[in-house]
Amino acid sequence: MYPADMEASVKKVEATREKRLKETLPRLQEAERQPLLEKYHPDYIKASMRELKVGPNKGDRTPLEIADILEGNSRIDPGKVDLSKADYDVDVLVIGCGGSGASAALLARENGAKVLIATKLRLGDANTVGAQAGTQAADRPQDSPAHHYMDTMGGGHFTNIPELVEALVKDAPSAIQWLEKLGVNWDKEPDGTMHELSGGGASRRRLHSARDYTGLEEMRVLRDEVRNRGINYLEFSPAIELIMDDRGQIAGAVLLNLETNELSIVRARAVIIATGGMGRLHIQNFPTTNHYGATADGLVLAYRVGAKLIFMDTMQYHPTGVAHPQQILGQLVTEKVRTLGAQLVNAEGEQFIMPLEPRDMVASAIIRECKERGKGITTPTGEQGVWLDSPMIDVLRGEGTVARELPAMVRQFGRYNINISKEPMLIYPTLHYQNGGIKIDASGATTVPGLFAAGEASGGVHGRNRLIGNSTLDLFVFGRRAGTAAANYVKSAKPGKPTLDRVRRWQAELEQAGLAKSRPITPLLLPNYARQPYDYLADYTKEMLSAGQVKPA
Amino acid sequence: MAETTRMVDVYVMGKHYAVPEGLTILTALEYCGYRMVRGCGCRAGFCGACATVYNFKNDPQLRFDLACQKTVEQDMYLTQIPFFPAAKTIYDLEELQANGDQVLKLYPDIIKCFGCNTCTKTCPQELEVMWYMSDALRGDIKEVANKSFDCVICGLCAARCPQGLVPYNVALLCRRLYGRYLAKPSKHLEERIKEIEAGKFDAELKGLKKASEKELRERYNKREIEPAL
Ligand SMILES: Cc1cc2nc3c(=O)[nH]c(=O)nc-3n(C[C@H](O)[C@H](O)[C@H](O)COP(=O)(O)OP(=O)(O)OC[C@H]3O[C@@H](n4cnc5c(N)ncnc54)[C@H](O)[C@@H]3O)c2cc1C
Ligand code: FES
Repeated sequence: MYPADMEASVKKVEATREKRLKETLPRLQEAERQPLLEKYHPDYIKASMRELKVGPNKGDRTPLEIADILEGNSRIDPGKVDLSKADYDVDVLVIGCGGSGASAALLARENGAKVLIATKLRLGDANTVGAQAGTQAADRPQDSPAHHYMDTMGGGHFTNIPELVEALVKDAPSAIQWLEKLGVNWDKEPDGTMHELSGGGASRRRLHSARDYTGLEEMRVLRDEVRNRGINYLEFSPAIELIMDDRGQIAGAVLLNLETNELSIVRARAVIIATGGMGRLHIQNFPTTNHYGATADGLVLAYRVGAKLIFMDTMQYHPTGVAHPQQILGQLVTEKVRTLGAQLVNAEGEQFIMPLEPRDMVASAIIRECKERGKGITTPTGEQGVWLDSPMIDVLRGEGTVARELPAMVRQFGRYNINISKEPMLIYPTLHYQNGGIKIDASGATTVPGLFAAGEASGGVHGRNRLIGNSTLDLFVFGRRAGTAAANYVKSAKPGKPTLDRVRRWQAELEQAGLAKSRPITPLLLPNYARQPYDYLADYTKEMLSAGQVKPA
Repeated sequence: MAETTRMVDVYVMGKHYAVPEGLTILTALEYCGYRMVRGCGCRAGFCGACATVYNFKNDPQLRFDLACQKTVEQDMYLTQIPFFPAAKTIYDLEELQANGDQVLKLYPDIIKCFGCNTCTKTCPQELEVMWYMSDALRGDIKEVANKSFDCVICGLCAARCPQGLVPYNVALLCRRLYGRYLAKPSKHLEERIKEIEAGKFDAELKGLKKASEKELRERYNKREIEPAL
């Protein structure tokens, strides 16, 4: 049930449903695309970005919130951190354990490396568990890696790095099979044929799903396998700085115990950054679909040791975030709802965009509908949104489809007395994904020797806009590649003497640019949602931080 | 808006706070001044990090839910349950068999279940935990996989089981056995992998990689789109 004034608009949606069932809006023309983005997509708001003043991407534009953390101060005082004895000594350190971190760790291990995982929250608490819709791979006879390549390039506005896209589409089927053999329960027909759905911007049906708990299912299995393989892992232990050696190679990382404030030193010949995205930076104050730890830490770590970033001026706003109820504002309504046939409809019950255009187009069209055409619906708390007409799905595909295909969505809205088989969902774009990230090559190597990156933290494969189902694919493809490459790299690495000179130089650079005082201490680690003006206990312990950490002034 | 917001009385570990109506337990804790470290993950009902126990001022019966999903109500008493390590058998999936005994071999304690149904009553996902445990006992792996599919591994069932069983790990084993051995492998997937390995798409991909942006755009705009249904 919706509040009375929204209910009036629901009636209009119901009244037009039958007519709309027969109505297919045309795809956007080439000429319509760019103007739509330029006028309405949040990335195109000039004042929302600025040029970086220091570091490898100096001069490049990025959202203010990201610029602030990239130009941030280190959490440690290098003079007070003793690198001479290490708490852990391994071949490969994997930072972050979502899908990409777990895949990287498993493959590094399989290739003979001694592996340690350091992760910020629990093992597997990550954006990966939130993935609902599915994972792309061109494995049906009527599909091919070439179609997948084309779709991915087009979705990314032809800016994607071709070698990475090639690796993505060629490895895709084997990544799916790897997971199948690890026991992932893919949606299948009884004879083993994959049950595949289409997705925005994809020309073939190639989304592999596990009900609408795809990422959860993938993560449950990988996390279990990490444990089965006996890979050592540290939870609630984010990396806060990378350690280099005197030959300019990666030499490990400094970890922080989030509960005891203790630092530990990991010595490693290779490091894989798999820290995921940035949603919790709330760019332009958008709500987000991302998990609690999505604060772009990996970008900060890599940037400070000189790794180049790419496409840092493009964020993905998922077209369909929850606009009502307030309790779940900004959370994801999976694209699968549109994939299954639901249309996007304004307050008058009219369609205004073909629902399976790439995400940036759909998001822009929704913003246009609300902000310019005044055809959005306003909620009791003042949010705006348009309808996603989920009841159409059962009409198109038979009674019970919504319940079977979208149990998570049914459950989530059901808690607030909204029955999505019978009532539409109110949605508005929400901050979802970092299209760019740390620049990698096809093996997952960054521009810093010994430093690898995979998953959402890395950039290049999706160009300026990622397609549905290509991220959870990217995790396994590049996670596996990075794990393998790191293990091989280690075999011939010639480690030098670990130092924190890089941190000293970074701080000096910040001073010189006059930024040190005005920038935060980063990586951010966790957003602060607590209404808590002053931390008296932390103040009391100021003297006790001689172990090397820096305290905010 | 502020003056019209109704406040709700809640008690966090016994201490009284007034919080705005409409918050979830998680956001209410934050409103009270708690900065979460444990007990918070996806904030969206998918990861199970935020298992929570509550009751009411005048009703001692314990209730269980996900803090990020449950809306606060008047006179709620709140505490969070940190996720704790639970018994998990280490195994090599490749060496297992998907038959009835397998589950019992790896988790022999499941025979201790005496059917009190506390697990089912506890599950915030409303899964039939006790029924799938009895399916597990009977060796019906497929049914366990099916009934437990929506498990977010919040750990509440294990926290509450008087016999110290860990239903979520038993279920995870069954789902993996099902996915690996009982569900038929995908033939078209296997074939596609062979084709890729044989280099079937190499020339075409090479051509695409070399194509100018203009050419790609043209092909992209003309590409044929398979219907969604
Ligand atoms: C709600 C939602 C739905 C989605 N649906 C889909 C979908 O259907 N299909 C699709 O393809 N993609 C989808 N995506 C995108 C995709 O799920 C993510 O991009 C992807 O899972 C990211 O995986 P990752 O391993 O790179 O990062 P994550 O899974 O986010 O893992 C990063 C890990 O790093 C840890 N970490 C962070 N900072 C540090 C630090 N300083 N030190 C140590 N550890 C750290 C985090 O705690 C976390 O465990 C979705 C994303 C979300 C949020
Ligand atoms: S925080 Fe993930 S389920 Fe609540």
